[in-house]
Amino acid sequence: MIREVRVENLALMRGDRLLFQGLDFSLNAGQAISLVGRNGAGKTSLLRAIAGFLRPWEGAIAFEGETGPLEPEDARSRGLHMAGHQDGLKASRSAETEFLFQARWTGASEAGIAKAREALDLDVLFDLEVRKLSAGQRRRLSLGRLLASQRPLWLLDEPLAPLDVDHRRAFGALMAEHLANGGMILAAVHDPLPIDTDTLDLGGLGGLDQDQDLGEDRA
Amino acid sequence: MNGFGVLLKRELAMAWNRGGGPAVALAFNVCAVTLLPLASGGSLDKLKLLAPGFSWVALALASLLSLERLFERDYEDGALDLLALGPAPLELVAVAKCLAQWVCTGIPLAVFAPIAATALGADLALAPLTFLCALIGGIGFAFVGGVGAAVSLGARAGGVLIAVIVLPLFTPLAIFGGGAIASLAMGLDWRPGLLFLSAYSLLFLALGPFAMAMACRNALS
Repeated sequence: MIREVRVENLALMRGDRLLFQGLDFSLNAGQAISLVGRNGAGKTSLLRAIAGFLRPWEGAIAFEGETGPLEPEDARSRGLHMAGHQDGLKASRSAETEFLFQARWTGASEAGIAKAREALDLDVLFDLEVRKLSAGQRRRLSLGRLLASQRPLWLLDEPLAPLDVDHRRAFGALMAEHLANGGMILAAVHDPLPIDTDTLDLGGLGGLDQDQDLGEDRA
Repeated sequence: MNGFGVLLKRELAMAWNRGGGPAVALAFNVCAVTLLPLASGGSLDKLKLLAPGFSWVALALASLLSLERLFERDYEDGALDLLALGPAPLELVAVAKCLAQWVCTGIPLAVFAPIAATALGADLALAPLTFLCALIGGIGFAFVGGVGAAVSLGARAGGVLIAVIVLPLFTPLAIFGGGAIASLAMGLDWRPGLLFLSAYSLLFLALGPFAMAMACRNALS
């Protein structure tokens, strides 16, 4: 399983625009990093590059396991969850069907599924069609698979944005638990997460001047 | 249940409902088959000659119907990301999708094909071969169609584009499938046509998934 993600001298391009270059960081077991930066700074692109969807323009992304480097394909297909605003839930199918598919496809055990149902209060949603869910309810449903199937690396894109106060707190506790169990979280956020995180600022790379932006965005 | 089984179950459920599923494909086929005698003037002798070939054309067109949504829906709502991060490689995801397409569209159409041909006046003796050709050709339709659907991911007017990509690739299926049935009707050896039809379908069954997976990866990047 993944114990460390190392990003070395990474540069990403979208179309003919250079998002950032020379990005170096590593994410270790038990660590969470908040990814901040302006809209368009490349937060989502960085998450997609780590998930293997975007090819680096330059540099490398490496996954380390307990006994040495991991095959990237293998590490990704078994070791990471990506959750963003595109949740992949089918509007015309029932919440239960969709949740169970997403959980089992990513390798969930029945115990994991029961845990996710309880922790995120999913049972009340199960009878509904996905199209009838609110944005926050949909998000709970799609975050459910993170709890149901144990994968160490969570790549999150604004995970808490649509959630209400209680569920933000609940998911915060679940993130803390994940870290305590040796998990890793890399989350693109505008609002701070309710857990201790390190901060990686993309706003200043790639020629954008950023001395002022963080303080203002967060205020 | 393993990953592939979980996925296949989902794909079957979705293919059964996609764009009305088999019911719409069958209804389309019925309409097309009904149009032929109306348009061709109703001479029974002429119709009898045209019947096997035309039922084959209707089959090819009907199997185009739900292709647009084969990958597009999963691509638009982000489910393709999830499918790419699962236990099975995208090549197997493509196989599951095309198999589901074949089961939910190809098989019902294959059952209907001999009925359509017979209704148009084809000899009843041709019915078993028509069914067999449509069943095997259906695999070709599904996997060729899957390649077209994956390649046109993200394109505007994807549905029309798929038809333009896919219909030329259906040509060998039409030639060998229609040819086998025509040979039997004329009392010639029908086996070469059936074997070539099977070979072409198997070729796409074997190579299509690699092309589909490559096209999906390209669309996701």
